[in-house]
Amino acid sequence: MEQLVPPDHPGGVTPRRKRRVGRALAPYLLSLPSGLWLLLLFLVPLVLMLSLSLKTCSPSTGACVMAWHWGEFSSEVSLYHQEFITSLYFAAAATVVDLIISFPIAYWIAFYGGRRKNFFLLMLLVPFFVSFVIRTIVWEFVLANNGVVLGALKHIHLLPQGFHILGTSYAVMAGLAYNYLPFTALPLYVALERIDRRVLEAAYDLYATKRVGFMKVIMPLTVPGIFAAFLLTFIPMFGDYVNQEILGGTSNTMIGTVIQNQFLVTLDYAGGASLSAILLVVALLGIFLYARLLGSRTIEQYL
Amino acid sequence: MTVLDQPTVSTPESPVSKRRRWARFVLPTYSWLVIAYLVFPIIVMIFYSFNKTIGSMQLVSFSWNGFTSQWYHQWSNVPGLTASFWLSIRLALVSTLIATVLGTMLAIALVRYRPPRFRGKGAFEQVIFLNIAAPEIVMGASLLGLFVTFNIGRGFLTLVLAHVMFSIAYVTVTVRARLAGFDTALEEAAYDLGATPAVTFTRVTLPLIMPGVLAGALMAFAISIDDFVTSNFLSGTSVPFPVWVYGATRVGIPPQVFVFGTAIFTVGIGFAILSIVLARKKA
Repeated sequence: MEQLVPPDHPGGVTPRRKRRVGRALAPYLLSLPSGLWLLLLFLVPLVLMLSLSLKTCSPSTGACVMAWHWGEFSSEVSLYHQEFITSLYFAAAATVVDLIISFPIAYWIAFYGGRRKNFFLLMLLVPFFVSFVIRTIVWEFVLANNGVVLGALKHIHLLPQGFHILGTSYAVMAGLAYNYLPFTALPLYVALERIDRRVLEAAYDLYATKRVGFMKVIMPLTVPGIFAAFLLTFIPMFGDYVNQEILGGTSNTMIGTVIQNQFLVTLDYAGGASLSAILLVVALLGIFLYARLLGSRTIEQYL
Repeated sequence: MTVLDQPTVSTPESPVSKRRRWARFVLPTYSWLVIAYLVFPIIVMIFYSFNKTIGSMQLVSFSWNGFTSQWYHQWSNVPGLTASFWLSIRLALVSTLIATVLGTMLAIALVRYRPPRFRGKGAFEQVIFLNIAAPEIVMGASLLGLFVTFNIGRGFLTLVLAHVMFSIAYVTVTVRARLAGFDTALEEAAYDLGATPAVTFTRVTLPLIMPGVLAGALMAFAISIDDFVTSNFLSGTSVPFPVWVYGATRVGIPPQVFVFGTAIFTVGIGFAILSIVLARKKA
């Protein structure tokens, strides 16, 4: 075989060598399509958006020219810092509410779920079987003044007639908390489920009380899950505008609403791009902190 | 009731009754309340899909006007809504198909090969993580910026491009999780028996990773059909179901929206229960 095709033969590629080249290329060929797709439609647009935020656009023609116009950021921040603070506040409050609501149920399913674990997990996921927008609209019906809940409570005089929630900040936070609860509960469940029960038993064997076992064994081992839950809940909430648009009033605008309006209504691309860039930077801070502390691959366990 | 640190073997907690109260009563009651909280809005949705409307506009109202199953008989009476629903189904099918193939290929590359043979593996991991964790509004807005910059008309094509983009990472992660315990000796055996790479892949590899691929495809389908934020930026003339429903909130919601919601819920939960039952039978 070696003699038939010398190694330095110009066009001589034996089937075997062809296969070897193919084998060497295999990982690149397998990852090329996804890589190109993510490069062209995920990374390039992000870079493009950052550059767009430094351009000046003429409002009449929509044509943009690169101007290294950093002033866009400061003017957008001074215009919309209130919306940023509102988003931060709503997202943080709703995330904390979700963590508090979902920790006990995640704990119960992980430690006492038994054979019905899958059923309970399905129950946690049940909101996802209804479209996100419809879920939010249904909350509008739940919280409406004459809706099934408030209407009934007012009818039996448990609530004063003038009581209302819809249009307030509480309605927005309630909607956010409901819509994103599974994103919080599942990572917590995964973290609790993965705790090695023998470690816990070892603690009890060493005379740890139930409370000490919980505080010194279960809690520390759940911290990565809590962090993952925070990341997967807080970041999408921070950019959410559907809950605010449907459940909120006119005074509690979130930053997502502003970005969406600038891109789709006022067509102020430079302004929208710089606000998105700020939002992305805030999110990236959390993302990098997470990757640094826990490693980027760990997020996959919690999905 | 403070019994001091009694060393017991099976139940290490000292006050047994107290522990039982927590595990047997407080936690389950609380958990069922949370489940009720999660299920309640869905019951409200089904409830309102049977609500009569007042006036000639045929739009749902907050108040209860009496029972009717009219909207189920006239489920396709709102042309825009029905069209958007079928568009969403088509969009989800096409983008799921593409994302599943691409994501599975990437997952195989990431599981099989390490840096000396696969340079850039680390970069792929980072991009996948970033793609999952990045806020969707930023991805949607930046894609809109891209399409506007290059003058690409918004429609079904741009929707497919975007949906595949945010589904790939989820498919890859799901498939890779199932691929972790894959026994490569089976493939070696096929080669030793004279199978070509193509035959080995279709007859050995693919059947073995199929459950993972199916799970990834289901994930991609669910994400695509429910996507609002990105689709709202890119829909242009072809409007998917969630975008249509969102647009309707400004002018009034036809009761058929809740009929579609109930139908999607029933089909989805039916599949989920079926898979749980099947898994239990196998075990």
